[in-house]
Amino acid sequence: MAMVINEEHKMLKESAQGFLAEFAPVSALRKLRDEGSDIGYSVDLWRQMVDMGWAAILIPEAYGGLEFGHVGMGQIVEQTGRTLTASPLFASAIVGASLINLAGTEAQKTTLLGAIAAGELTTALAVDEKTHHAPHQISMAAVKRGDHYVLNGEKRFVVDGHSADKLLVAARTSGVAGESSGISLFVVDRTASGVAVERTAMVDSRNAANLRFTDVQVPVADLLGEEGTGFAALSAALDIGNAYLAAELLGIAQESFDRTLQYLKERKQFGVLIGSFQALQHRAAHWWSEVELCKSVVLKALQALDSGDAKSPVMVSIAKAKLCEVTELATNEAIQMHGGIGMTDEYEIGFFIKRARPAATLYGGYAYHGDRFAQLCGY
Amino acid sequence: MASGEPIKVSKLEELNVSDLAVFRQETRDWLAENCPPSMRHPVTNSDDACWGGRNFVFKSEEQKQWMERMGARGWTAPTWPTEYGGGGLNKAEAKILKEELSRINARSPLDSFGIWMIGPALLQFGSEALKQQHLPPIVRGEIRWCQGYSEPGAGSDLAGLQSKGVDMGDHFIANGQKVWTSYGDKADWMFCLLRTDPDAKKQMGISLVLFDMQTPGVTPKPIKLISGSSPFCETFLDNVRVEKNQVVGEVNHGWTIAKYLLTHEREMIGGFGLTTAGSDTLGKIAANAVGMEHGRMADTILRAEVLKWEIDAAAFALTAERVTDEVKSGQGVGATSAMLKYYGTELNKRRFETMMKIHGSDAMIWEGAASKGGWMPRTWLRTKGNSIEGGTSEVQLNIIAKNILGLG
Repeated sequence: MAMVINEEHKMLKESAQGFLAEFAPVSALRKLRDEGSDIGYSVDLWRQMVDMGWAAILIPEAYGGLEFGHVGMGQIVEQTGRTLTASPLFASAIVGASLINLAGTEAQKTTLLGAIAAGELTTALAVDEKTHHAPHQISMAAVKRGDHYVLNGEKRFVVDGHSADKLLVAARTSGVAGESSGISLFVVDRTASGVAVERTAMVDSRNAANLRFTDVQVPVADLLGEEGTGFAALSAALDIGNAYLAAELLGIAQESFDRTLQYLKERKQFGVLIGSFQALQHRAAHWWSEVELCKSVVLKALQALDSGDAKSPVMVSIAKAKLCEVTELATNEAIQMHGGIGMTDEYEIGFFIKRARPAATLYGGYAYHGDRFAQLCGY
Repeated sequence: MASGEPIKVSKLEELNVSDLAVFRQETRDWLAENCPPSMRHPVTNSDDACWGGRNFVFKSEEQKQWMERMGARGWTAPTWPTEYGGGGLNKAEAKILKEELSRINARSPLDSFGIWMIGPALLQFGSEALKQQHLPPIVRGEIRWCQGYSEPGAGSDLAGLQSKGVDMGDHFIANGQKVWTSYGDKADWMFCLLRTDPDAKKQMGISLVLFDMQTPGVTPKPIKLISGSSPFCETFLDNVRVEKNQVVGEVNHGWTIAKYLLTHEREMIGGFGLTTAGSDTLGKIAANAVGMEHGRMADTILRAEVLKWEIDAAAFALTAERVTDEVKSGQGVGATSAMLKYYGTELNKRRFETMMKIHGSDAMIWEGAASKGGWMPRTWLRTKGNSIEGGTSEVQLNIIAKNILGLG
């Protein structure tokens, strides 16, 4: 497949760029933060996104979706990285919809996917239990008792966990931590009895929560797919999630670069533009080169997911690892090259570094994906 | 422009599929008959490459046959026009030829600075007479070329070159010294930059000229590198007669062509980062050397270095692919060769730095059959030149900053 985007994708990219710049720029995130928004995103904005069809892009036509594919959705998410737009797009329309589509029964898909596409349902994936991503290490217990399962345990860093309608919970119905078999997936109401939600205010001013499950009863009908075999779907959904985190990070890397380049062309010291200093030119040129590599790995990961390529996990880990590395460089350089003003809250460049780290950490950072890449390559 | 019309980049012709299928079958049949068996596996040692030229000593009769047969068909330069000895293939056909060659694992019939560098420049900027004279022997592998660019006082600052060509009417008399002439002692002709107007501004007084290395006064002398090999020469020019009709493009306007050639060279060297990588991945090589423990490479610090290199190399290969595809589809910015050169050569240096760590004390062995003549340390040392030759990494970063980022 040629490493280029087609006309349709380009149009979607441009329309997303225009829309987000107008309705959800960085100042919108600042406003949500400063006003202490309960849910952490704008319901009106999400409604507009749904009306444009964004929530339906990954959902098959049979379930009320547009089936437009990952390269298309990736163009939008890349732009949300440039504007740092907060919305349920990632947790519901990407990760949630993908997991339900991969694991769910026909009945579950019909009910849940249509509702996500229509913007009537939001979801949050509850997977990690410790401070580092480790899907094999799930130990949360789900014990079958008659016509329901009983869930006990804790989940951390659940994106949108404090606001989503449904929690998608990975728990263990058999085996021990470290095994991939024995993991089952459940659809749980966030307001179900026994679910304690602690909203965690994060550095990026976005939404996450720690969840505690105490004897939470989940009807058998809300087991997503089959008991004990949830890991494959979970892993595939995490790959999809990571590809989009990489796409968002690409937006962050590019936007922080563009803003810094502009600053190098405006700021004067010693009577000249600081962009005339070779010490800064070379760092900018290196940074730009790294971003060029990032564009390629993100596009390749999205294409691999669209074509069902067996190498998708490798491509996704390459993309996520590379983007973790380069956004660390990018956001650090952005602040350093802006100098003192880059340290101020008033100036927007600081918002990018604050979003970059959580996005990199979610579902595994460089260490996780570098290790996974090496293992997939046999070493 | 006094020289010939520039060759337009041709659009993919609307050939119908059956024509291409016929071409593929004919190509396959011809290769089956004409590609000798020993030419059907990749070159493993750089000494096995075929460079052609007057003085070339073929490693085997089959190597000679392979070059001559492909040359006679114009397939050493598949897309060059047939009137200059080329294959005259359109892009679709050239792609099929490439696929069919790789299908049978055929090695390159001819490595040539003529095909890679001066040939494309002649097609773009050369007079009809120069094209007629020089291109067919390049295609057939009869004449081997070298490049006379750098000088002792003109490295990164190439336009500061001082070798002079004094106008004597129908010819120039050239005096000066060139350095880093690749295979200057083995080449038959040189394409060379001379200062032909000492009074003009730096870039304005330079001409690109061609001359036979056997011309009296031309003396190439090999330079021994830290790697122990001598792929380069210094070339002394001592009252060398250069005919006026051997100037490419206009007199004193050679800098444009020189820059065009440097871009070509950057692309070539940048690509080396991966083409010399061999069949085993760095990860496999490392795992074999240091062993595995609990499903992971035993040395975890080395493993981290290896996987970082592998991820960067994969990202770089995808980028080279993307840049090519964008240019094909008209989306490219086209100015990315500096980035590819910079990143590709830095990657190659990192690769060999890591290889040295993988092989430990074995990697220090300089001589002897067991070490393949010290291949490891010699190759490692040779890669240090990758980020110097063809424009240093620092010069590439300057180009990116200036031409792409607009930083003055």
